[in-house]
Formats: sequence, C-alpha cells, structure tokens
Amino acid sequence: MNQKTLTGILLDEGIDLSLNDLSRACSSSIEWVIELVEEGVLEPIGHEQADWRFPGTSLQKARVALRLQQDLGINLAGVALALDMLDEIDTLRSRLCWFEINDI
Amino acid sequence: MDFKDYYSIMGIERNASQDVIKRAYRKLARKYHPDVSKEAGAESRFKEVGEAYAVLKDPEKRAAYDQLGANWKAGQDFQPPPDWDAGFEFSGGGPAAGDASAYSDFFESLFGHSFGSAQAGRRPAGFHARGEDHHAKVLIDLEDAYHGASRSITLRTPELDSSGRVTTKQRTLNVKIPKGVKQGQRIRLSGQGAPGLGQGQAGDLYLEIEFNPNSLYRVEGRDVYLDLPVTPWEAALGATVKAPTPNGPVDLTIPEGTTSGRKLRLRKRGIPGNPPGDLYVAPQITLPPADSKAAKALYQKMERELAFNPRSRLGV
Repeated sequence: MNQKTLTGILLDEGIDLSLNDLSRACSSSIEWVIELVEEGVLEPIGHEQADWRFPGTSLQKARVALRLQQDLGINLAGVALALDMLDEIDTLRSRLCWFEINDI
Repeated sequence: MDFKDYYSIMGIERNASQDVIKRAYRKLARKYHPDVSKEAGAESRFKEVGEAYAVLKDPEKRAAYDQLGANWKAGQDFQPPPDWDAGFEFSGGGPAAGDASAYSDFFESLFGHSFGSAQAGRRPAGFHARGEDHHAKVLIDLEDAYHGASRSITLRTPELDSSGRVTTKQRTLNVKIPKGVKQGQRIRLSGQGAPGLGQGQAGDLYLEIEFNPNSLYRVEGRDVYLDLPVTPWEAALGATVKAPTPNGPVDLTIPEGTTSGRKLRLRKRGIPGNPPGDLYVAPQITLPPADSKAAKALYQKMERELAFNPRSRLGV
C-alpha cells in the first residue's frame, strides 16, 4: 500500500489547462469543449485554437455543464443559460448579504 | 437490504406510461440536481431518482422489477428470490465506470451482475493509449481549509479480472490538502488515474473538495458565515462577547442597538487565500426563558416601564 503523501496541483485561477486536459478530464471530445467555448461557457486565453489556455477553474464549470447535459437532457445553449442564471443567483445572494450588513 | 419502491420514489403509478416516467424524471432531476439545488439532501435524492429512472425507463429492467410484485413496501428487508431474473436479458447501462457506489445495494443485487461485460475483449498487441482520468470527492473539515491537512482516501475502482469478471479494486492514497481550498475546487494528481494501455501513460486523478457538513458555519466561496446567539441586553447595550471561529475563539464587539438580520464582518477571517475570505457573524437575539419568579418579575418590569410596541409600523 502506498503510504507516501501525494501533493497535487490545486486548480485555481493561476493554473492553465489545455484543450486536451479539459476534454480528457471530462471524458469528452475536443469538439465538445470547443462547443462550450462557442456557447461562451468557457473563455480561453489565446486567439488560435492551438494556443488556447483555460484557467484552472474552467474544469469545475465544464464538469457542471457535462452533468447538466447528461442528467437533464438539455442542449448546450440551455446549459449555458442555466450556468449564467446560477452565476446570477450567486451574485444576487452576495448582494443581498451586502445589504444585510449595511442594514440601518 | 431494504426494498426500494421505485414508483413511489418517482411519485408515479405502477401502470405509468414511458412518457409519464420520463416527464416525472425530468421534473425531479431539475429539482434535485446537486449543481442546481440548494436543498439539503438534494444529492442523495437525485441519486435515488436516477436509480429509479435507470430501472423504469428500460422496458427489460422494468418488467423484471415489476415481476417482484406490488406487495413489497419501501424499506422492507429484501433478498432477491432465486432465479428471479430468469428469462430476462439486460443490455448493460450500469453506472459510470469509477463510480462503484452510484447505485444502492438493492439495485446492485438485482441488476449488478450484468455490468461491465461489454468492456471485455482483448486489445490488439502493440496498442498504446493513455489511461482515463478519474474523479473522486474528498471530504474535509472547514478547519482543514484554514490550516491545510493531509487526508487518506480510499478509492474503489471496478476492474476486469483475467476471466473478464468485474471486481472492485481498492487502493488508499495519502493526499496533501493545501491551505485555502474552496468547496468544489479540484486537486490534480498526475498519473493517479487509470493505468495506460501498452506503453500509454496513466491518466490523472482529480479530487473534488467537499466540506463536511458543519453545525456552526456555512461556507460560500472563501466567505464563512456564523449565527451567534446574543442576549437582548448585549444587543441593546452593546458588549464584547466570545465568538468561535475556525481559527479559535475571538473577542467580538456587539455594537449598541444591534438588531436581528444585521451582520458583522470580520475581515480576512474567512478561508485564507488571495484574496482571503471574510467571516460574517449574524447575531441571533435569544430571549432568556421566563421560567422562574425572578425572571417573570423582570419581564413584567419591562412590560410596565418600557413603552414598547414592536407592531407600531403595522398600524396596530
């Protein structure tokens, strides 16, 4: 049994992922990831597809997109809409919290 | 093992048509999807619904399940009758590889044996491919995100043995959890996924951080929320009180005239990072019980001496 302590890489904003990394980590095709970019769900840095680099946090978003697509049977445009709305709910929640702090 | 009533889980009649089953599933899946729902227990409910749908949407599995009869009640101790599935042929469609715990024991005892057989078969010699990436969750305490920790995790991976049968292989990894991790963030462990084929590289293992439920704190991103009970006099007059934080207790000033719903912010006392999160404390004004003569007398004194009508804004 391997008892050595492994140190992984924390995928935060400072880590870059390639198109290949993302498609492999989602067990999906490169084309599927490209579609996510076309829908505006993922925003890579770099103009040419070959140079695309994705912030580490993209994996979390791509995995949620994958699950929504598989579990709810919605197409990618619907997935993009759902993700935008979930983001908006988060923003509204934190604004609500801000108003509560500054409550008179 | 408990019997599961897939029809009642989905809230449908036993004679529901395939269309009704599909609509019921879609509706419940939207409601309980763990990425969408904030309801407590959404994930386990979602898995339960997913399992029920996996059986009821498949005419072969549904027919076999129906054959068990309508007399079973949910939660009743259950053993499949011998040869219960004689005459049925299942065409796969089990849980995703690497997720051996996705379905209940009840499901596994009925349909578990037919999984994975489709993957059997030899690769041609000289075939090389990179192993698949695997995903797993690692549960940590909020305090671990403040200080960093190391966690031992046990992974169960379904594998084919030499005769093509599915077995579950267990392995244990010790993993360092860095300080400052957030819920849902992932740690990549290179080469710890599925082994490669031929001379192909092994895949990677992605660990998703999940916090153990905590009775004191609620976490959003790097911000941490705490409900702190205070007395009416602490809230009205102001006070310095002890408050717990994941980093140990602190002295907290409750400003004079604190009301319900107001929050106090302790900057940079959330999960560390760049930028660090904040800790928000919501004072909960808690009334002492009027359970003694002295306590009753004090409340009666307030009633007499404080001209206080909390309903004045309601016009009554």
